[in-house]
Amino acid sequence: MIKFFLMVNKQGQTRLSRYYEHVEIHKRTMLEAEVIKNCLSRSKDQCSFIEYKDFKLVYRQYAALFVVVGINETENEMAVYELIHNFVEVLDKYFSRVVMNVIISNK
Amino acid sequence: MRMPAPIRLRELIRTIRTARTQAEEREMIQKECAAIRSSFREEDNTYRCRNVAKLLYMHMLGYPAHFGQLECLKLIASQKFTDKRIGYLGAMLLLDERQDVHLLMTNCIKNDLNHSTQYVQGLALCTLGCMGSSEMCRDLAGEVEKLLKTSNSYLRKKAALCAVHVIRKVPELMEMFLPATKNLLNEKNHGVLHTSVVLLTEMCERSPDMLAHFRKLVPQLVRILKNLIMSGYSPEHDVSGISDPFLQVRILRLLRILGRNDDDSSEAMNDILAQVATNTETSKNVGNAILYETVLTIMDIKSESGLRVLAINILGRFLLNNDKNIRYVALTSLLKTVQTDHNAVQRHRSTIVDCLKDLDVSIKRRAMELSFALVNGNNVRGMMKELLYFLDSCEPEFKADCASGIFLAAEKYAPSKRWHIDTIMRVLTTAGSYVRDDAVPNLIQLITNSVEMHAYTVQRLYKAILGDYSQQPLVQVASWCIGEYGDLLVSGQCEEEEPIQVTEDEVLDILESILISNMSASVTRGYALTAIMKLSTRFTCTVNRIKKVVSIYGSSIDVELQQRAVEYNALFKKYDHMRPALLERMPVMEKVTTNGPTEVVQTNGETEPAVLETKPPPSGLQPGSQANDLLDLLGGSDITPVIPTVPTSKPASAGGELLDLLGDLNLTGSPVPAPAPQISQPPFLLDGLPSQPLFNDIAAGIPSITAYNKNGLKIDFTFERSNTNPSVTVITIQASNSTELDMTDFVFQAAVPKTFQLQLLSPSSSVIPAFNSGTITQVIKILNPQKQQLRMRIKLTYNHKGSAMQDLAEVNNFPPQSWHGCNHADSQSSVASPESVVMSERCRDPRNSWFSTMVNFKAF
Repeated sequence: MIKFFLMVNKQGQTRLSRYYEHVEIHKRTMLEAEVIKNCLSRSKDQCSFIEYKDFKLVYRQYAALFVVVGINETENEMAVYELIHNFVEVLDKYFSRVVMNVIISNK
Repeated sequence: MRMPAPIRLRELIRTIRTARTQAEEREMIQKECAAIRSSFREEDNTYRCRNVAKLLYMHMLGYPAHFGQLECLKLIASQKFTDKRIGYLGAMLLLDERQDVHLLMTNCIKNDLNHSTQYVQGLALCTLGCMGSSEMCRDLAGEVEKLLKTSNSYLRKKAALCAVHVIRKVPELMEMFLPATKNLLNEKNHGVLHTSVVLLTEMCERSPDMLAHFRKLVPQLVRILKNLIMSGYSPEHDVSGISDPFLQVRILRLLRILGRNDDDSSEAMNDILAQVATNTETSKNVGNAILYETVLTIMDIKSESGLRVLAINILGRFLLNNDKNIRYVALTSLLKTVQTDHNAVQRHRSTIVDCLKDLDVSIKRRAMELSFALVNGNNVRGMMKELLYFLDSCEPEFKADCASGIFLAAEKYAPSKRWHIDTIMRVLTTAGSYVRDDAVPNLIQLITNSVEMHAYTVQRLYKAILGDYSQQPLVQVASWCIGEYGDLLVSGQCEEEEPIQVTEDEVLDILESILISNMSASVTRGYALTAIMKLSTRFTCTVNRIKKVVSIYGSSIDVELQQRAVEYNALFKKYDHMRPALLERMPVMEKVTTNGPTEVVQTNGETEPAVLETKPPPSGLQPGSQANDLLDLLGGSDITPVIPTVPTSKPASAGGELLDLLGDLNLTGSPVPAPAPQISQPPFLLDGLPSQPLFNDIAAGIPSITAYNKNGLKIDFTFERSNTNPSVTVITIQASNSTELDMTDFVFQAAVPKTFQLQLLSPSSSVIPAFNSGTITQVIKILNPQKQQLRMRIKLTYNHKGSAMQDLAEVNNFPPQSWHGCNHADSQSSVASPESVVMSERCRDPRNSWFSTMVNFKAF
């Protein structure tokens, strides 16, 4: 099951967050900060799945934007990896490149 | 006075973009919020939609927007589609079931579910499926179910997802959706198929009846999957050349759930799984994702062995792939399957070992776990070499786990004692500070038992700490060995390797420097001091030096060292005649493996058997040295059941008699050697309670007893003889609490003498409510093949009044019927005052009085 879906830029600011389970507001910020820290500290040649607390993070980097999805153990990590790419492609097609720049740019 | 028309959303976004600092942005937003609030107050219908949209944008940026909740409701109630759209969106983002206002939506949603426009119905379904509370779901489930049966695929797929949410919130409503699922899989539309599969998966996961019911769908699912694979290119479903991989993965997952533990379904799936496995393109990640799901499914159902081998080969191929993600996934899956398909996984061992050298931390961890699982008698030498190399170079977070893993594997599969000791030495020298605490006593026991290797071992250990004595576990083991076998060291008797020339003074030098060094922990110092003391009987020319060292530490600040030094001083002065006997060589210890059936302390199924060793009781006894030295002579301690001492073939020695006298639970089944004084009831340090049958166990006729009653915690034992096996006694313990506060995290542990076997089943709970208002029950099964007198030591841990409590106790008031009545008539009579028996026995032998002073001194 997907627990949350985040889009974060390289500076650590959350651009989009969607939680599919109830999480307190202040806990969300803490969670996001830690998750981002984990993802940003990974190098290029490390795998995209991180084990974090009792669930897994699947992340994917697009230029200056990180898309991070938190899943539990029953989910297929590679399918979710594919899903992230699909989502980004859909955004791209639908908003024809505007959204990408808008999200990544410094606001 | 009318306000100017509120600005559009785009304007707002543009304005906010121009802000250069966070403070500026906040100002703009606050201004806009104020404008929006006054606009809401005016009840302006025309611009409400625009205002709420702006509010949602500001919410996305992280600012509070709760004052817009009611406005969302008003928008939902409006007739315009644009209003409804923003209203529902707002409801999904701003409202959830903890706000009371959400219930007001129920009626709106109900009407909208029956709306003429499908888009409105879709909006309502989405919202309900997103944030519907249990009450809302209960009210509206009927509508959702109706929509599930419609022919409109747009609505059907949304209704299916909404049904999933309803079932999650209110599981009892699952049956309501059952008839609607009949035709779900007949759809052509992938959207409906996908959501239907999700719905079916959810139902099967929640209810075994549903699972059984849906097994008949397996052929249909297989057919759908087949069509997906065989069909040609379809532009609307294509992802990197594969047709709708997401649906394929979902179907595979559902098949996995349906095929688990069911032969017929698994049979039906075999072909399609093989087909998917062989036909899927592996050049892109998509294909690999599908293969991964297939492998998981094959492993989980009752597939035939050929298919399993195919699956493992796929995983092996993954391991060779360049992509890290795939390697990680492969290692994870192999770890899951290594227990069941051990041989197949062995074939890929070399690849797995290569992964130990990977750069990625997650991959290294998986590879390490998998390597340990693959070690067996044949490959242990090679594997150990690789693992030791890994231990050298890995990150600190791995070292502790790796070291313990190596110890375990070495213990199980060591080809020779020398290899075993070499391996342990290697681990201690490379990762000595990361080794776990329980490793030290285990190693000491191992070394003691390899009698022929003593000289070699002590020599190697000596050489190891000569250079560097900062790694505490290494130094502890080395000091202990030097203390025990120092005479072998100086006499240069080693056969295995070149003996080194060491003088007694050099040995004492190194031990003294350990004592003085700042790097040594208190425990280590204790080891060193005791070692020096032991050498007083093994060395010949340096006894005066030893006496001096010992007396210096009699005034040490460290209480532990001081106590030891003073006692050793006393040994030198008043009890010099006893010194040789006390300090002689340790007997060979009974080998207790961590998963053997001998005196193993079993806990409730959750923790491993070795747990008692790593938890020193709050009285501050160190698990290491004390257990080994003085308390061993007192006859074993509760803390380390791993080192029970056995009276060996030294009949007349004082050591042997003292062991017997102070007894413990480690009496062997055979009669104790003759010179030991006959004691009918071995004296225990903790008194057992007089037995009181609380309620007669009429069925079995065995009276029950109160095993423990202290600090408000009472534990009663009731007995039953097992019907199937007459040597098995089944004890039901009941723990009750008469204080005013509950006791939480209650854990009951028990140990029995070696000749018994104990099995502890899970407790009913871990909380004992106060005022005797409830009890925890737990069942213990004891196998007593030799019909010995039943005795037990118990350890209780729990939290009470905010602090952690721990207690050890002996239970020795078992009614004779529980162990089939031995013919020891005497043993039954002395329940009244074992203490007096102890004192009288002790007084008889002058040597014992020294020990009782020792005991008192210790307690002080």
